[in-house]
Amino acid sequence: MNGQGFWGDVRKYRTLLLMLTPAVLFFILFAYVPMAGIVLAFKQFNYDGGIFGSPWNGFDNFRFFFDSGNAWMVTRNTALYNIAFILVNNLLQIFAAILLFEVAGKWFRKITQTVLFLPYFISWVVVGAIAYNLFNYDVGTVNAVLKAVGMEPIDIYNTAAYWPVILVAVAAWKTLGYGTVMYLAAITSIDTEMYEAAEIDGANVFQRIMRITVPNLFPTVIILFLLAVGNIFRGDFGMYYNMVGNNGLLFSSTDVIDTFVFRSLTTSNEIGMSAAAGFYQSVLGFATIMLANYAVRKYDKERALF
Amino acid sequence: MKTDRLLLAGIGYTALTVLAVFCLFPFILVVSSSLTQESTIIENGYQLFPSAFSTEAYRLLFDYPAQMLKAYGITIGVTAIGTVAGLFLTAMTAYVLARKDFKWRGKFSFFFFFTTLFSGGLVPWYLLIVNYLHLKDTFVVLILPMLLNVFYMIVMKSFMSGIPEAITESAKIDGAGDFLIFRRLILPLSKPALATIGLFIALGYWNDWYNALLFVQKDDLMPLQYYLYRMLGNMDGMRKAMMQSGAVVNMDLPTESLKMAMTIVATGPIMLAYPFIQRYFVRGLTIGSVKG
Repeated sequence: MNGQGFWGDVRKYRTLLLMLTPAVLFFILFAYVPMAGIVLAFKQFNYDGGIFGSPWNGFDNFRFFFDSGNAWMVTRNTALYNIAFILVNNLLQIFAAILLFEVAGKWFRKITQTVLFLPYFISWVVVGAIAYNLFNYDVGTVNAVLKAVGMEPIDIYNTAAYWPVILVAVAAWKTLGYGTVMYLAAITSIDTEMYEAAEIDGANVFQRIMRITVPNLFPTVIILFLLAVGNIFRGDFGMYYNMVGNNGLLFSSTDVIDTFVFRSLTTSNEIGMSAAAGFYQSVLGFATIMLANYAVRKYDKERALF
Repeated sequence: MKTDRLLLAGIGYTALTVLAVFCLFPFILVVSSSLTQESTIIENGYQLFPSAFSTEAYRLLFDYPAQMLKAYGITIGVTAIGTVAGLFLTAMTAYVLARKDFKWRGKFSFFFFFTTLFSGGLVPWYLLIVNYLHLKDTFVVLILPMLLNVFYMIVMKSFMSGIPEAITESAKIDGAGDFLIFRRLILPLSKPALATIGLFIALGYWNDWYNALLFVQKDDLMPLQYYLYRMLGNMDGMRKAMMQSGAVVNMDLPTESLKMAMTIVATGPIMLAYPFIQRYFVRGLTIGSVKG
């Protein structure tokens, strides 16, 4: 009655618990309830029965997904894109951050930083419009240039082979400023005495960068890497969808799990199969986070996520 | 002796200039395309510098702005409400999780964090919102599903963990309740984090088109980015929208330059606010990265 045990704690923390209530309800509703909806992957969905009233059909949805021949393709595309993004984006961001830090001119630095950050602020819809401006067959800038120099125009929106390069470039373009600032913050927090000591020992600027700056960025790199690896089976839907949309000619090189699930849900209305594909994605993602976290824990306990 | 510095400066200025041009070039292209005469675009393609200048596309947009203004209104409303509500709830939750004397903070933190590790996927989430909550084609659906984000909560929590506990302690002795402490003491002290996270949330709402793509079919509810998305893919739709706005439109609507002009108008406010916003952004990201 008076402050004992569980109910005593509830009384003691009642205001704090009340303050947590909106967020708890939100995540129960929008995150935990949908987790229960995973049963849908094992059901033959019909609208009358809803999620829980529809009849079971075992692993049929999964069999359908894997037999369609799309499962391997979308898994491969998703993973390869993300690996390319992790490598290209981080290298470019670290490169830009180091140069921004080393180049002295204040105005130049400010302007460059602002310009690099610009693409981060626009929506994927606008990026899609920019891509159209560049790559459209009839009026696109790329083809205008090709024609001007007397070459044949190329049909980019109908050729799957160009898209891996384009998408990697677009991802690099959009995230460059954001990542650069993050790394710049990490570089700024490096102890300046280290640089002074290196200077006295006669190190040149390149040695200084390679021996001090780069190694000191490792902790930041690991955290970002860990977060990225956990999302290796998750695609940025907005990017793929606005860049290529439902262009079937490009699927072999642009379809990722997210776009596949979206299409199965909205276009072909294959609810059971898209639920199965979504579940498959969640399980793969969970497994990679656990593995990556385990690997980082072995290397350095402090750096692991949990 | 100084050659290495000179070399580095050379590499630095060159490489950064190249990267900056790489980032800026597409924007210039869109602006110039929106200002080029339609016939020139059809003939020569989009160009970096308009060879035949024309403001026709903008004139059309500003003469018959009804649809676009409606979309602007939706986006501004969604962004304002979503940002204020989301920021307040994020901060309140983060404060409780940052209170070291709260017995269950670890358990609740994990409860939130787990949702980033595993999810039910798109389909159950979609069916929940459409079939069970019946939120399709409502204003609420543009705000509610994006209201809280675990990553922002974590950044906010690590910022608040840096506020000395003594402040909470002494306020308690003076008889202040937990909510009062949060509102009167913690919120004012958290301004940098609030500014940063607020900007993230606002940017998310301003640029959102995904929720509209999934859940909105009514023209009256289309936010700006989704409106742009629809117009880009559908010139007939654009013609119709123009006619509904009262334009007498024949077949030679300057579609190509109009697409680019619409893109500019939909991006405009963010681009204008951006240089001003950026200084907070950089400071906020510093906070985020230091505390991981």
